[in-house]
Amino acid sequence: MAEIRSLHDAVADLVHEGDTVAMEGFTHLIPYAAAHEVIRQGITDLTLARMTPDVVYDQLIGAGLVRKLIFSWGGNPGVGSLHRFRDAVENGWPRPLELDEHSHAGMANRYVAGASRLPFAVLRGYRGSDLATRTDTVSSVVCPFTGEELAAVAALNPDVTVVHAQRADRQGNVQMWGLTGVQKEAALAADRVLVTVEEMVDELTPRPGGVVLPTWVIDAVCVVPGGAHPSYAAGYTVRDNAFYQAWDPIARDRDAFIQWIDENVRTEGAVAR
Amino acid sequence: MTTEDFTRDELMEVNAARALAGARTCFVGIGLPSTAANLARATVNPGLVLIYESGTIGSKPTRLPLSIGDGELAETADAVVPVPEMFNYWLQGGRIDVGFLGAAQVDRFANINTTVVDRGPGKPEGRLPGAGGAPEIASNCGKVLMVLRHSTRGFVRKLDFVTTLGHGSGPGDRERLGMPGAGPVEVITDLGVLRPDPATAELVLSALHPGVTVEQVRDATGWDLRSADTVGVTEPPTAAELAALRALKSAGKEDR
Repeated sequence: MAEIRSLHDAVADLVHEGDTVAMEGFTHLIPYAAAHEVIRQGITDLTLARMTPDVVYDQLIGAGLVRKLIFSWGGNPGVGSLHRFRDAVENGWPRPLELDEHSHAGMANRYVAGASRLPFAVLRGYRGSDLATRTDTVSSVVCPFTGEELAAVAALNPDVTVVHAQRADRQGNVQMWGLTGVQKEAALAADRVLVTVEEMVDELTPRPGGVVLPTWVIDAVCVVPGGAHPSYAAGYTVRDNAFYQAWDPIARDRDAFIQWIDENVRTEGAVAR
Repeated sequence: MTTEDFTRDELMEVNAARALAGARTCFVGIGLPSTAANLARATVNPGLVLIYESGTIGSKPTRLPLSIGDGELAETADAVVPVPEMFNYWLQGGRIDVGFLGAAQVDRFANINTTVVDRGPGKPEGRLPGAGGAPEIASNCGKVLMVLRHSTRGFVRKLDFVTTLGHGSGPGDRERLGMPGAGPVEVITDLGVLRPDPATAELVLSALHPGVTVEQVRDATGWDLRSADTVGVTEPPTAAELAALRALKSAGKEDR
């Protein structure tokens, strides 16, 4: 059963040094506030998984907390590079970053296998691509029925998955809608699940296209309005595209980045804009 | 460089949109492909079903989205599906006619690199964003269109890394690998249009934009670009096409 907790306490209890952590949300519902709490608590040596690392992982990587990244597309959507990610990969700053790199289809299926508690998933993918030469989590399998050779991707089972959702009820049942990405799979693949929500309600009225995660698959629910900013929560906030564009010059420069993190994340009581 | 009336980029965008005439469904990459696909809906193909990898099917945005997950893409969609479903049921299931991709590097067989670039001896590899949806889009869509600006940095003799297979090393490679779709059929640039030679699968110059010469295109291509038997000239953008393109772009800037 999910406990309703403060973000500080939930992160401190559920996210451990050296963990494999998935903070999912495909452009929408990215759990920024929880990531910032990880930075404030300095929880380090993390292996981070996300289909699209996005600015949220650029921040964690630049803060020096990440040992390895499991991903499929590492850009600032519509803007350009993730400069902290590039600096870590190209120059080892602030520390070297090991990569396990996939296609989107492969990453999505790795979570599906993880949620299904299967050792791997099968897809028609990676054909003719050099990607498989750089990872040990892509292989091939022969279909026992047709003889077709198919790609096999290893299950991804995070120690902890963190997602943001629109709302929860007082029992800790969580509801999200709009673009729901791979959040259900990432949550069900994980050992521990932390959810931040925009608001707490008495009753979760059904939503078209909504996904409900029952309280008994969740460890902690934290009420964090605006906790997806500069990503968004449909029905509550809009994507702050101006922030994503403003991030580019901040992240290009190591000193500007450190200053931004110090002022907006690490400072006591700072509310990251 | 430009006439009084339109820019090279506009020639590229308008011709990329025209390439979507007659298509029913398009899996849309962000950036130039998204511009082209949205312009196609405003001009040559109002019924085109736009599919974004964030899970939206039938998006009808009124402005160009910055990301593939902008709220308007979901709010205006016929359906929003989870990401594993998008890649497994809709893309791998063979439901999508056209995949529209951009690229950092392309070779003569329309293979794509979006992963790493070699920056010379003693220097670390330059890091690009990575694969995203492209390998399976290029494999599983009925056919693939590509759009990128023409330069020797982009059109290279040899890729530093094959992220996404186009035509491999020539005819028969896609069939041998069991790839369902036809692969890249057209590469639209700011100088003209390249198409694979049916006999060799090698990209050849098929059309020039108005005012561009064959030499200009060859100079901007990293391999010895051959020309098709007949090299056409693309129709200049119409006033309606330009108006629609500029309206989409200015609407996209309002909220940024």
